[in-house]
Amino acid sequence: MSRPLSVVQGGRETATRAVSLAGVRIAFPGTGRADAPFVAVDGVDLDVADGEFVAIVGPTGCGKSTLLNATAGLLVPAAGSVSIFGAPLAGLNRQAGYLFQAEALFPWKTALDNVAIGLDVAGTPHEEARARAREWLSRVGLAAFADRYPHMLSGGQRKRVGLAQVLIRDPKILLMDEPFGPLDAQTRQIMGALLLDLWSHDRKAVMFVTHDLEEAIALADRVVIMGAGPASRIIGEWRVPIARPRDMDVRLDAAFHQLHREIWSALKDEVVKGYQQSESVG
Amino acid sequence: MMRNRMALVALQILVAVVLIGIWHFGSTIKLDWPAISPKPFYPLDPFFFSTPLAVFQRTFNDFYTGVIWYHLGITLLETMLAFVIGAAGGVLIGFWFARKALLAAVFDPYVKMANALPRVVLAPIFALWLGLGIWSKVALGVTLVFFIVFFNVYQGVKEVSPTLLANARMLGMNERQLMRNVFWPSALSWMFSSLHTAVGFALVGAVVGEYLGSAAGLGYRIHQAEGVFDVTGVFSGMLVLAIFVIIIDTVVSAIENRLMVWRPAPASAQG
Repeated sequence: MSRPLSVVQGGRETATRAVSLAGVRIAFPGTGRADAPFVAVDGVDLDVADGEFVAIVGPTGCGKSTLLNATAGLLVPAAGSVSIFGAPLAGLNRQAGYLFQAEALFPWKTALDNVAIGLDVAGTPHEEARARAREWLSRVGLAAFADRYPHMLSGGQRKRVGLAQVLIRDPKILLMDEPFGPLDAQTRQIMGALLLDLWSHDRKAVMFVTHDLEEAIALADRVVIMGAGPASRIIGEWRVPIARPRDMDVRLDAAFHQLHREIWSALKDEVVKGYQQSESVG
Repeated sequence: MMRNRMALVALQILVAVVLIGIWHFGSTIKLDWPAISPKPFYPLDPFFFSTPLAVFQRTFNDFYTGVIWYHLGITLLETMLAFVIGAAGGVLIGFWFARKALLAAVFDPYVKMANALPRVVLAPIFALWLGLGIWSKVALGVTLVFFIVFFNVYQGVKEVSPTLLANARMLGMNERQLMRNVFWPSALSWMFSSLHTAVGFALVGAVVGEYLGSAAGLGYRIHQAEGVFDVTGVFSGMLVLAIFVIIIDTVVSAIENRLMVWRPAPASAQG
């Protein structure tokens, strides 16, 4: 089942490709001397149109994050190519903003300085950077928390700061690696709604990695499913035919359930496979 | 909370009162127990233990007449110099080693060797090289402070979160900006986390150095007193040293609180 199950050709398909992965293979050196390198993903083709929100779903250890890192330029693929707006990627992807799964705020900077740092390093005058950072903090609902240090904020608030930190630089591509993973279910939904709201203003291309199928369907235009690793591939993709703007009630929608059932039936086997593999390795 | 605090302070004072009480009565009241000794005797012979009153009186006198200030000043100067030089060296070398893996690997056995050496044995060498003035004491303190700060900073810089680093890169930082915004604050935070220990060791270096050979300082005073069996002088010197340490530690805590606001408070200090 390495062939996409169904790809609905929409009008967007002809738009500019923000991200184009072709035949991407990512390998890590083996642990022992005689070990073959560990191949995380292999033969991945994925296009993300400008303004498209793509969610990548797969079982644990399938190399979803690896794919994002390759798109960000943090990892160099062993084979295949990564193109950003038609140009092959060399070095770091300067067009992309990356929201990490783990804590990535600067603990010694206040929320305000954390948000402003992207502008600071780009040479924006100090006061202007602060003014814009304040604006962004209020956009993510944290205007009152500008002077707090990360450890004084809740997990959800830290993610909001992280979101503002990434978006203030106005990247054309947004890479998100299970950004709301560590949060509780309600906070995740609220963060998803916030993300969609922010995204609807300027529709960046988004690659959103998650293990949560519901979250993927609720947020994305297109859901891409990856198989279990190692050497995992894309095993299918679905367009999400739910109109925007979506609110949190989208999960109650009949079309949502229909699609969820359909994707889950394909994903289920891979999840079991991935789980067994991770068990046998660990 | 407030009542708890008061009770705690009361208990702390009680401990001091009891200990000083035992010392006082033991060294001033003669016991007549023929079973132990045919003559009446002091349980704590004032020749060996002095008396609390004499110690306080001597200490007060030293401050009153002002002779102690000069020695305190010398010890403070040595401590500060040892700390500043040792910490600066530790930060710089620690930072450098952490960024250059080869360098760290080459020097690794030598660093371990030097750190394993009991520093006291260096004191005579430093006295030979640098004379009996303050610099031989500063050097001894530096060898103690340097390694504490060095190991902390080295570890701190090496263990900067890879996610934080990746995030900083993605936010557009070049190498210089990474240094300024990621590695440097990280190194400093580790240096400050070892601040109490480092300052303590700077003082140990100064006092031990003075004790082993000098013409001024608290260690010198204690050594002089010991040389003439002046136990009161020794205890008085220790008392001054203890007060000195508490004051320095308070100052360090105040500095730390100012600089480390971004740090989560340790669990014990909360509430």
